[in-house]
Amino acid sequence: MQTTLPAPTVESAPAMTRPITLTVNGTPYQLNLAPWTTLLDALREYANLTGTKKGCDHGQCGACTVLVNGKRINACLTLAVMHDDHEITTIEGLATDGALHPVQKAFIDHDAFQCGYCTPGQICSAVGMINEGQVRTVADVRELMSGNLCRCGAYPHIVDAICEVMQLDASK
Amino acid sequence: MSQYIGEPITRVDGHEKVTGQAKYAAEFNVPDLTYGVVVSSTITKGRITLLDTSKALAVNGVIEVFTHENRPRTAWFDISYKDQDSPPGSPFRPLYDNKIKYNGQPVALVVAETFELARFAAMLVHVEYEAEPCDTDLMKHLDTVRNPEPGLMNLMKPLPPKPRGDADKAFAEAPVQQSAQYIHGMQHHNPMEMFASTVEYGKNGFLTIYDKTQGVTNSLLYVTQAFNIPFNQVRVVSPYVGGAFGSGLRPQYQLFLAVMAARELKRSVRVSLTRQQMWSFGHRPATVQNVCLGTQADGTITAIIHEAKAATSQFEDYTEEVVNWTGKLYPTPNGALRYKLKSLDIYTPLDMRAPGGVTGLSAVECAVDELAYKLGMDPLEFRLKNYTERDWTEKDRPFSSKELRACFRQGAERFGWSGRNPEPRSMRKDHNLIGWGMATGIWDAAQVPARAEATLTVNGKLRVRSATADIGTGTYTIMTQIAADTLGMPIDDVVFRLGDTTMPAAPIEGGSWTASTVGSAVKSACDTLAKTLFRMAKRIPKSPFVGVGFDDVLFINGEIRLKRNPSARVSLLEVVNLNGGRAITETGTSIPNLVAHMKYSRNAHAAAFVEVQVDEDFGTVKVTRAISAVAAGRIINPRTARSQIIGGMVWGISHALQEESVMDHRYGRFMNHDLAEYHIPVCADIHEMDVVFVEENDTVVNPLGVKGVGEIGLVAMPAAIANAIFHATGKRIYELPIQLDKVM
Ligand code: FES
Ligand code: FES
Repeated sequence: MQTTLPAPTVESAPAMTRPITLTVNGTPYQLNLAPWTTLLDALREYANLTGTKKGCDHGQCGACTVLVNGKRINACLTLAVMHDDHEITTIEGLATDGALHPVQKAFIDHDAFQCGYCTPGQICSAVGMINEGQVRTVADVRELMSGNLCRCGAYPHIVDAICEVMQLDASK
Repeated sequence: MSQYIGEPITRVDGHEKVTGQAKYAAEFNVPDLTYGVVVSSTITKGRITLLDTSKALAVNGVIEVFTHENRPRTAWFDISYKDQDSPPGSPFRPLYDNKIKYNGQPVALVVAETFELARFAAMLVHVEYEAEPCDTDLMKHLDTVRNPEPGLMNLMKPLPPKPRGDADKAFAEAPVQQSAQYIHGMQHHNPMEMFASTVEYGKNGFLTIYDKTQGVTNSLLYVTQAFNIPFNQVRVVSPYVGGAFGSGLRPQYQLFLAVMAARELKRSVRVSLTRQQMWSFGHRPATVQNVCLGTQADGTITAIIHEAKAATSQFEDYTEEVVNWTGKLYPTPNGALRYKLKSLDIYTPLDMRAPGGVTGLSAVECAVDELAYKLGMDPLEFRLKNYTERDWTEKDRPFSSKELRACFRQGAERFGWSGRNPEPRSMRKDHNLIGWGMATGIWDAAQVPARAEATLTVNGKLRVRSATADIGTGTYTIMTQIAADTLGMPIDDVVFRLGDTTMPAAPIEGGSWTASTVGSAVKSACDTLAKTLFRMAKRIPKSPFVGVGFDDVLFINGEIRLKRNPSARVSLLEVVNLNGGRAITETGTSIPNLVAHMKYSRNAHAAAFVEVQVDEDFGTVKVTRAISAVAAGRIINPRTARSQIIGGMVWGISHALQEESVMDHRYGRFMNHDLAEYHIPVCADIHEMDVVFVEENDTVVNPLGVKGVGEIGLVAMPAAIANAIFHATGKRIYELPIQLDKVM
């Protein structure tokens, strides 16, 4: 038995675009977007901010993690039009005046990546996790970072990097 | 001088990667870009009877829908579709005709002004099929397997050697016997970056292609041949690759489709695959192995029979080296290694990290463990008893170097192996059983030809280029180190560039051969440049080098110095300045020393030690501690090499416990084709990991003495985990992945 979804029709294409303003890393981006555009595609394809990655487009990998009002979310699971008046921070906005964010620096020092494709998501997720204030132990770090897949298997170094920033003993 | 080689330099591309500046194939937002979305077949075998694109075309913003009915003509012969990693057979051609050969085959490409429109219109393409029954289950065909068709590929991946002695008889007569069957299913690479090609349509139809690939030269050759375009009309660029693990060794169909659409529409086109479509091309093949080992009462092996049966597609004979490793690791007077194939209605398998090696070792290293138990021997002691310095699969050649013994010793020491009680179920923590296991790893130390170019720029910096790839392996960093050392330059004055077909050609990045292959080419280019610079330095007015030979000078700190009188020196900047302010460039080619290579087997070795915790109530397994001791020749960068090994170990955990592409054989369709259902380790699955690099000096493999570290961290892990699970539970599990139902 196969279930059939209602078939899409030509008419169901909401082709009309509308102007919206996305505030990303403190900069307003005036974009004309169709309402069905995800925040992830808005960033990558329309605002040319390709630092945020697409690894699944289905909320299953965390590569698209960005901070919206300081909270980490999957940019592929939300529509751009829903973020008209929000502060969005992407990987491009973490460094201030050319100085890397401590998490970025720790990632380099600990070699917490290989191909680098999951890395912007990991870093934004780590920053978001630190903001959440739930971490007590290294086991918490592992658990709370488990929404971000890394196929290169950089997890031990990711955990080391985050522990350094949070001043946690990584061996516990 | 090695100031940088061997040092844990941080990744030179690290800053770009942590700031989001590193650009991957789908991130080159060229002007006036259009987007292609692929429609995939929903049947496995049969033909398309109707393909109605009218509704899709009616959507405002849709430009064209390509199908087999309207596609442009491309090359006639199979040879034009072959690439550097093609197995024998007839390569798959996207949108070629109405025949369906596997499930998920691309049947149409919808191109629209925006990605959203293309994705939507793709749902409106109406396809009808006439389906035929399909055959996808290897387990149903174990009796009808056949010999693979040999091909060029077998130079790198040899088919099994001739048998030696009479293995069947020796096994039957052996006082101690071990025989079992080992099974694992299909797996997909699933790099985090999905496959994509951005094709920029330029002036006079010039194509600049940003491709996800493990070799830009490979993509270039494929495109120019399949579409019959002159070389000078195409450039392929790929500075960053978001992981590949073998999946980028062959050009994938998005490249073909994007190029086709760009040429037809005379527009720039990007085609990205979806995560689901990442299951619609190569995979690690399902394999069934039988391993029979016979020994004397003292544990000396007298018979080895290792037979593997694997699945391939109906159109190509993909093979991998599964069984030969057994012969390379264990000496025996009687050995029979066999490798057979069955063609099924699936896509052609594709090298996936440690292809064949992880498959074969996951079987034989479990067999060895079980056999050691039968003999009442410690598994490590058994391996030392059957240690070999010669490779009977290669005419009994010695190894160019083999520090496996040191791997065993140092790994065991670090792990605390000597404190192990061999008794299964002898360790507990709370309600968990604890087990310790180990296994041996082996991989090739390969080298192939490559080219590189070194330039001393007008401001005295060194720029080195080669059309190789960095799929996360650290190529950028280690090549910078090699170049800096060869020319005695401060590392900050050296830039290495890769991934562009305007650079000197390099082969696909795979098989752990890039450090040796491209590293040797970089060294050769820099060596040649050094000689040129020295010749020029001799000609400058009042040169201190008059009458001095090349061997009398040193390149150090951006200067050429006389060895016996370091104050006699000329800076490299002076040399360029006297070259009329023009940069100085030399190229280098590295070719493996085949004469030396023929005399030796060249391999990296490893030993993995693992601790698992098994929850008996739930059957869950946690790898709480893992150590890999690795002998891989010279380690150029211990920091990036450690990441490679740890990444391999994580893959080992995944292979042993988690990943499998499960197919519903009634339909020939993968059931778990997304990252929620296809399990790979997450952060919480990975605990304590450590790597020991054992010192190994090899003067045969290549001028740098490196062996490569891409796969050696993976190969031993699954068997070590399975053996640890036995030690914990007393239960042998012969089918991977070992998920909870099998443990309970
Ligand atoms: S791309 Fe958003 S979670 Fe994977
Ligand atoms: S660094 Fe490659 S996926 Fe994480």
